[in-house]
Amino acid sequence: MVLVAGCGAAPGAKTEDTKATPAATVAAKPDIAKAGDVTLTVWDQNVRGGQNKEIEELNQQFMAKYPNVTIKRTAKSFEDLLKTVKLAVSGPDAPDVVQANQGRGTMGEMVKAKLLRPLTDYAKVYGWSDRYSPTLLALNSFSPDGKDFGSGDLYGLSQAGEIVGVFYNKDKVPDPPQTFTTFEESLQQAKDAGDTPIMFGNLEKWPGIHNFESVLGQTADKQAIRDFVFAKEGASFNNPDFTAAATKIKEWVDKGYFNKDFNGTDYDPAWKAFAKGQSPYLIAGTWVTADLEQRMGDKVGFTLMPGVDPDAPVSLGGEDLPWSVTTASKHPDVAAAYIDFLTDANAAKVLVDTDNLPAMKGAPAPASGLSVDVSNAWQKLNDADGVIPYLDYTTPTFYDDISSAIQELLAGKQTPEQFTKGVQEKFDKWAQSR
Amino acid sequence: MGAVPLSAGRGSGAGDRPPGEPRLIGYAYLLPAFAVFFCFVLLPLAHAAYLSLWHWDGLTVATWAGLDNYGDVLSDDELRGAFVHALILLIFYSVLPVLIGLGLAGIMARARVRGLAFFRTILFLPQVIAMVVVAVMWKMIYDPANGALNRALGWVGIPGQSWLGDFSLALPSIGLVATWVYYGLAMVLLTAGVQKIPTSLYDAARVDGAGAFREFLAVTLPALRGEIAVALTLTTIYALRNFDLVYITTHGGPGNATSVPAFQVFTRAFETGQVGSAAAVGITLTAIIFLISLGINRFSERAV
Repeated sequence: MVLVAGCGAAPGAKTEDTKATPAATVAAKPDIAKAGDVTLTVWDQNVRGGQNKEIEELNQQFMAKYPNVTIKRTAKSFEDLLKTVKLAVSGPDAPDVVQANQGRGTMGEMVKAKLLRPLTDYAKVYGWSDRYSPTLLALNSFSPDGKDFGSGDLYGLSQAGEIVGVFYNKDKVPDPPQTFTTFEESLQQAKDAGDTPIMFGNLEKWPGIHNFESVLGQTADKQAIRDFVFAKEGASFNNPDFTAAATKIKEWVDKGYFNKDFNGTDYDPAWKAFAKGQSPYLIAGTWVTADLEQRMGDKVGFTLMPGVDPDAPVSLGGEDLPWSVTTASKHPDVAAAYIDFLTDANAAKVLVDTDNLPAMKGAPAPASGLSVDVSNAWQKLNDADGVIPYLDYTTPTFYDDISSAIQELLAGKQTPEQFTKGVQEKFDKWAQSR
Repeated sequence: MGAVPLSAGRGSGAGDRPPGEPRLIGYAYLLPAFAVFFCFVLLPLAHAAYLSLWHWDGLTVATWAGLDNYGDVLSDDELRGAFVHALILLIFYSVLPVLIGLGLAGIMARARVRGLAFFRTILFLPQVIAMVVVAVMWKMIYDPANGALNRALGWVGIPGQSWLGDFSLALPSIGLVATWVYYGLAMVLLTAGVQKIPTSLYDAARVDGAGAFREFLAVTLPALRGEIAVALTLTTIYALRNFDLVYITTHGGPGNATSVPAFQVFTRAFETGQVGSAAAVGITLTAIIFLISLGINRFSERAV
């Protein structure tokens, strides 16, 4: 490798030459039982309690259904997977199936490097597009050159849905607000009563994206946000609606709606403080559902961010990491059948049984607890087509760009106008080099 | 060279060497170590230097960048800021620990305390703990709501601070953790140096009527020059390549207030697909470390 580089070839050139653009050409459902003895190597990030249980169960079921298939699983935490997956897939012993995070940072880069196989053909064969709402499919789609996000070929399927919404303490909020205006009133009441209205821990930088974007969904049109994340022609960050969100959340900071030292508070202590009853509200993702329920029992409820129009809810969210097939895989048929198995009706039931929120349509409703609130919110959100994608999908460096900028906005280091302008400049810099 | 008479004769006459031993064999002895050094240090370094000349996302074909990536190091606010932060951290990593270490060594040179080894071990202890553990521990201590530091301040009536979340406090807060870790190293190096100073020098100083402070300036400090140079060199390298502390405590935040070069190398190479830029930052960092270390060593050698 070093020597090749030393001879003057551009880094990455060697792998590129040998790779044709992968095509999606399968026409009929392959028979996996006749595929011979196959070992399927899978890299996933389902390491937490319910997620781990769910995937272990489905792996067992799949191997029982097809005794000729052995699944070799490598589980890594989300952050570890993010940092290693690109290298692993471009290496000689690439896994067959990987969870490749949505957005331009991971999936986009991998599509561009021709490391992922398009699944459009399997989607037709297995009828995958009937399982998901269009927005959820768009999140896992790219053009074959990796330039257009949100359209083109399908490159993966997700199992679980995610919503960033509002958890509330039922002791303090017996009747959750239904509109954005009443939500703000309720925050002011809590403040007047000497409470911290919203518990917020932003030391790790990314939680700020969730709080900011939850507000953004109420000040800007959902399509404008999607268009910006998908980098559609004419979409922008520096516009009055986006600035309004920055102004609004800064106003919340100034009015004391968050705990004073949120930029220095860790994420976990923040939601634990909420669980101890130190605030009526917490803006967080459904990934803390199980932990909150365990600590608070039936005292905790979940609702979508109360909308300006309560009948048209908009919430930040989407789906967990998609399962994708690598171009290096020698068994794409088996890999696709595995992904099909992970996302069918049986899988949806397993997900519910293990306290996960299935992303698929028509999943059975959970029996009791906080999961019922979450499941209802998910149904309502998808019926209204109200999902807006995470802002950090936008460019490969956007996670860093926007999370730093939000910390500066909230600390008053940048005005809302400077904030939207600065973020736009970062975006433009990427757009030019695209 | 020519001024030193010995060097003129060295290597030219056969009589300088033991009989039968060719001169070149000396290099052969070096070869195994050099081969390892070449494969694992020089080659990767050269490769990094090569990568730094390209715009490369780590996966697809790179495009030639020339010196663009180095231009960014100078012109990009975020990167320039990272280097400035590293230089500020030098105060906390190097200057403070060496000053504290000198103070402790000075005290130990005068007063032969009972149980010296015990105290030395206690003071050296932070140095033994893995940096990751230190970082996680201090993150808890600095927690604004429940952290030990704000609680302790609360007892004496001082309002707590958002140590890692405040734009002006975050960098010094991280720096103080480093001071806490590295003063033990400086102290051990310097007390070892103090112990080899002949006591007769101190006796002479006392006879001349030197007080404690004067004694420290005239005897202890000059004798410790070599040790100070070693302590400064080591801690400077730790300061400039600091990554773990920032990564675990603040991720470079709030904003970019605690971003450092090594952290930028990591995020650019493994997270945001800017491998060329990461290599350029790394090479620049290497050059700076090299220059500062060289300066410190020059200074100490000339003075001795």
